[in-house]
Amino acid sequence: MSESTRENALRLTLLRRSQLWKNAAARTRRLAGKRTEDAADATAMADDYRMLAHDVAKVRRLLPDSRAREYLEAAYAQAHASLHRPAWHPGHALLSLFRDDIPAVMHWLRPHVFWATALFMLTVVTGYWMVHTYPDLIALFASPELIATVERGQLWTEGLLNVVPSSVLSLQILTNNIVVSLFAYCAGFLFGLGTVYVLGLNGLMLGAVFAFTGQHGLDDDLFRFVVAHGCVEISVMCLSGAAGAAVGEALIRPGAATRAESFQRAALQSGKLILACVLLLVGSGLIEGYISPNPAFSLRVRVAIGVSYWLFMLALLNGWLFGFRRLKSAATA
Amino acid sequence: MDRTSDLAVDSVTGVDVALPVAGPGARSFAFVVDWAIRTILSIAWYIVAALLHNGDWSVVAPLNPGAGWFVYVVAPPAAIYFLYHPVWEVATRGLTPGKRMAGLQIVSRDGGAPGVGSLLTRNVFRLVDSFPIAYALGLLTTMVTRNHVRIGDLAAGTLLAYTHNDTTLARYSDERRTNNQLDAGTAEVLDELLQRWPTLDSAARRRIARTILKEAPAEADADLRMQLESLTVGSTQ
Repeated sequence: MSESTRENALRLTLLRRSQLWKNAAARTRRLAGKRTEDAADATAMADDYRMLAHDVAKVRRLLPDSRAREYLEAAYAQAHASLHRPAWHPGHALLSLFRDDIPAVMHWLRPHVFWATALFMLTVVTGYWMVHTYPDLIALFASPELIATVERGQLWTEGLLNVVPSSVLSLQILTNNIVVSLFAYCAGFLFGLGTVYVLGLNGLMLGAVFAFTGQHGLDDDLFRFVVAHGCVEISVMCLSGAAGAAVGEALIRPGAATRAESFQRAALQSGKLILACVLLLVGSGLIEGYISPNPAFSLRVRVAIGVSYWLFMLALLNGWLFGFRRLKSAATA
Repeated sequence: MDRTSDLAVDSVTGVDVALPVAGPGARSFAFVVDWAIRTILSIAWYIVAALLHNGDWSVVAPLNPGAGWFVYVVAPPAAIYFLYHPVWEVATRGLTPGKRMAGLQIVSRDGGAPGVGSLLTRNVFRLVDSFPIAYALGLLTTMVTRNHVRIGDLAAGTLLAYTHNDTTLARYSDERRTNNQLDAGTAEVLDELLQRWPTLDSAARRRIARTILKEAPAEADADLRMQLESLTVGSTQ
């Protein structure tokens, strides 16, 4: 038998299996994205996958430029995707996220949190010093309207609820804070420089505004406004900065992995913390909309709310609310 | 048939999976479709809600808009516009209407379906990809990266691949052809020709049928040749 006759016979034998391929493709389409309790279906799917792999290998050699190959490659890829689709149990995933994953990320990010907080505090002090020493510099950090209001002896937050309803205020504030937080995280992509910029700018603004209100005898009022929501809001800013710094460090010092792999790992890991940050900022926004501008709340109540919410944040991030299991699982690993 | 843009993914079978990676064109098409859908939905919501809220034929915000204006008229369209991608992608594990139309799906780099974390991460990074305007950075990145991915995909470990299978198999089970030892490539061309015959003009019919006749193997039976020749003759009428 000549080589060409043999090859042609092999091709025809392969092509006679086309009905099997069609059946496999149909089963994959039927099961894709759906849950099935039928064990026979799952077994048939696994058998299809092996059969398709076998035939793909043959068709690549025997019929490299054919529609049969196109069809088989697509069917094989679909079967692969369906078989490698992880089961998704939202409740368990959420529990696992808050009980195991986020505490583990917090543990991993401890040095970054420390340095991000240090940078933030440093810029707060710098902003305070700049405006305290050179009051005109407040124009760099605050709007003319805010400056004019404070110079009249009023805080811009006074009577805020007469202008904007609490619900609207909350929504505006939490949206803005979430965007800033996400931006601090994403900006880590610029080798961490973007994160440093966001953290530094916010720190400078906070310090500068406190110094400016202090010069007009309003710093106590500002503290009274800020304390209920600010403890968590500022902490979350530092945490987002830490997540961004981790992303930046992964690009600067990828270690044994490639830069892309390192970036991906850091972004996915620290992204879990960002999800918790977003949830915390929703709470912060509600406090800032409903409690902070409301003069009916005394300073003592505001401090109690601020500290309580901050402790809640600590408990959430360390997994204490859900029975922290990281150390136990690490010990058994 | 160009398979140079495929991404080879390891498989437990030992035979790698070839994922046809979508390029900037297909990605842009999907994005524009999605953009059009979310824009139309947002504007439609705004107009209907504003008309209902104002109680007359005006969609302009009142001088002193209350919480109702913000909560019912402004916030929902903003949510539709900005949460369209993450919500669709998480709900369908990587599909949006635009991607479906373009025949694309988000897949992880191992060829499987991406997790929720990956989908959320790739959406958060839209903040970076959308810089400075109109996703210019993201588009540029898809042009220069190996797998045509934007920064969000790099962060999430995902890519866009063609997943639709609209290729049809030639009718190989036709015993007449297989028994005649007809070359598989020729069988495919013949099958395609017969499928497309009604849409071809007479000149194209003549040209294609003559080419096939010229290249048909000598051992092809007389019956097949006669059918092809009759098709050619028919096309001249």
